[in-house]
Amino acid sequence: MDLASFLQILDSTIRLATPLLFACLAGLYSERAGVFDIGLEGKMLVAAFAAAAASYGSGNVWVGVLAGIGAALMFAAIHGLASITFRGNQLISGVAVNFLASGLTVVLGASWFQLGGQTPALVDGMRFAEITLPFAAPANESGDLGLLGGIYSQVLSGHSILVYVALACVPLTWWVLYRTRFGLRLRAVGENPAAVDTAGVSVTGLRYAAVGITGVLCGLAGAYMSMGLSAGFLREMTAGRGYIALAALIFAKWRPWYALMACLLFGLLDAIAIRFQNIDIGVLVIPVQFTQALPYILTVIILAGFVGKAIPPRAGGEAYVKER
Amino acid sequence: MDKLPRWADVVLVPLICLIIAFAFCGILIAAIGQSPLQAIWIMIDGSFGTTNGLGYTLYYATNFIFTGLAVSIAFQASLFNIGGEGQATLGGLGVALSCLLIPWPHWSLALLGSLAAGAAFGAAWGFLPAWLQAKRGSHIVITTMMFNFIAYALMNYVLVNLLRPMGSMDPASARFDKAYNLPKLGDILGLVGIPFSNRNPANISFVIAIALAVGVWALIWHTRLGYALRAFGKQEKAALYAGIDPVKITIYALLLSGGISGLMAVNAVQGAAHRLVLNSVEGAGFIGIAVALMGRNHPFGIVIASILFGFLYQGGSQLAMGTTIPREVIIVLQALVILFTGALPYMVQKPLEHLFAKRGGAK
Repeated sequence: MDLASFLQILDSTIRLATPLLFACLAGLYSERAGVFDIGLEGKMLVAAFAAAAASYGSGNVWVGVLAGIGAALMFAAIHGLASITFRGNQLISGVAVNFLASGLTVVLGASWFQLGGQTPALVDGMRFAEITLPFAAPANESGDLGLLGGIYSQVLSGHSILVYVALACVPLTWWVLYRTRFGLRLRAVGENPAAVDTAGVSVTGLRYAAVGITGVLCGLAGAYMSMGLSAGFLREMTAGRGYIALAALIFAKWRPWYALMACLLFGLLDAIAIRFQNIDIGVLVIPVQFTQALPYILTVIILAGFVGKAIPPRAGGEAYVKER
Repeated sequence: MDKLPRWADVVLVPLICLIIAFAFCGILIAAIGQSPLQAIWIMIDGSFGTTNGLGYTLYYATNFIFTGLAVSIAFQASLFNIGGEGQATLGGLGVALSCLLIPWPHWSLALLGSLAAGAAFGAAWGFLPAWLQAKRGSHIVITTMMFNFIAYALMNYVLVNLLRPMGSMDPASARFDKAYNLPKLGDILGLVGIPFSNRNPANISFVIAIALAVGVWALIWHTRLGYALRAFGKQEKAALYAGIDPVKITIYALLLSGGISGLMAVNAVQGAAHRLVLNSVEGAGFIGIAVALMGRNHPFGIVIASILFGFLYQGGSQLAMGTTIPREVIIVLQALVILFTGALPYMVQKPLEHLFAKRGGAK
């Protein structure tokens, strides 16, 4: 493999890792606060749809972003209502949210745009422009940049703004979780809500805040899917990325920096699966399906505790009942 | 707090949830500029109006009875098996291998072979998540979900690289021998003189599904294993104290659940498609969750809920043919049913309890 195609793979790794990273961090806030969320997929999907539809309608990509965040927040509110206020089963609520998104996007899309569930293609101004970082060589003049220059110009530069926002969210999340009072309480409410309650802090309030942040980040993930990664919404376009993000979250053992690593790894696998079909490594041929299934297989291995145990937040999945 | 009378808990709560879900969908249909009343009429007429429509309804219902029973057995042991989709996919592989590789002399023997192979493959796919949950504490919801995706990738590999006939572009297996086609429901009813259309995929699997529902009922409430499952589901510590081995029960529950999911393939793969296609399950594994919740985890309720969902699926495809309403309206309805019956039961139950408490007080 030559340098150019190596750089291309890294470039698409970054692109493909971005929605995973947003969704993974989204799940991190929710699950660290003790609310399991297998509805990341649905929130991403509905956000992708709302973003593309609003952006097409208004001609402005930022209106699209707001609509995406709004839609994801509404779905997060359903999940919050079910799992915090009504103390329902968080897993079942997540399943319901995923189906709701999958059905609603097609029904509304098909009747608004008459294209069988997809939005019309978004043109310039309706989707994110690519940003060239300072001193980066334009894509067509990449003759002899060397490895470092190539990585800077081709891998790091030339993405839409949301890619950099996603990367910035990693240290931000680390700082919020480990260096702020809110973060301390958030982690506490996921481990021992009774203690937080005793200290006079509202468990419900904290959990809703966490679920709200999850909604915003899923909104950004969806907006990037339909306005950055592609130009418009396609039915079921998230294609299981919400579940991969969940897998990445477990892989990262619910920690932000490791989440970045896990998302980059899974993004790389995705990039490899798209670029090469079957990989011949001499002794045997690795089928593309294996590369596609690898994130899930790795997650099962991690969950099984064969390579370091993944222990979820202790109060995860349980509604908090104040004793009376 | 007063508890609800049993009939209200079993009938009224699911019914109210269903009405709310239907109301939401009605609003949705009205919002996209269509008539909800016309829509529901097309659905009812298309799925119950002719014996052909009814056949399709029962065909879908058969799939959902299998997957619903599968989810409910795991629920009894307080295990949420979200992997019915993957287990049924693998069941399909088992059925296909049995039909393609073994020269059965008669369809009835082929059916027995398919039942055994489907159940074995489905159960095998449920085994590892169960073992990981019991032995290593891996959360079964996450592992079964991961196994769904792994099953899809595996099936893709097997169909594209191994089972695809030479020269075919479709990721699907060869057709099974025509002799293995299962008797249609129309033929069976014809024997007793009931005229029933033959142009639909409903087959003998429906009868098997009903028999299985009775079997599951007997297993859960009239055997030692059923008792152990329920005890483990209600109170794990107490069950342990009573000498019930949590590892064994978790594994048994998932083997049963996966095996029953796998049986779905007898209906869908051998009974209807007569070959193995990539997405043979078509989401029935997930509908099993809705069906189990709606049917209040009881085999009888599951059969009723399955027929309801069969109606929705058949009605949904009629809707897509007769109007411009997309059939995905049904997915919205399904989501709302799962939401209200599974995740928001207190929202319906609490006001009802108040109501019944008040009425009781007035007497």
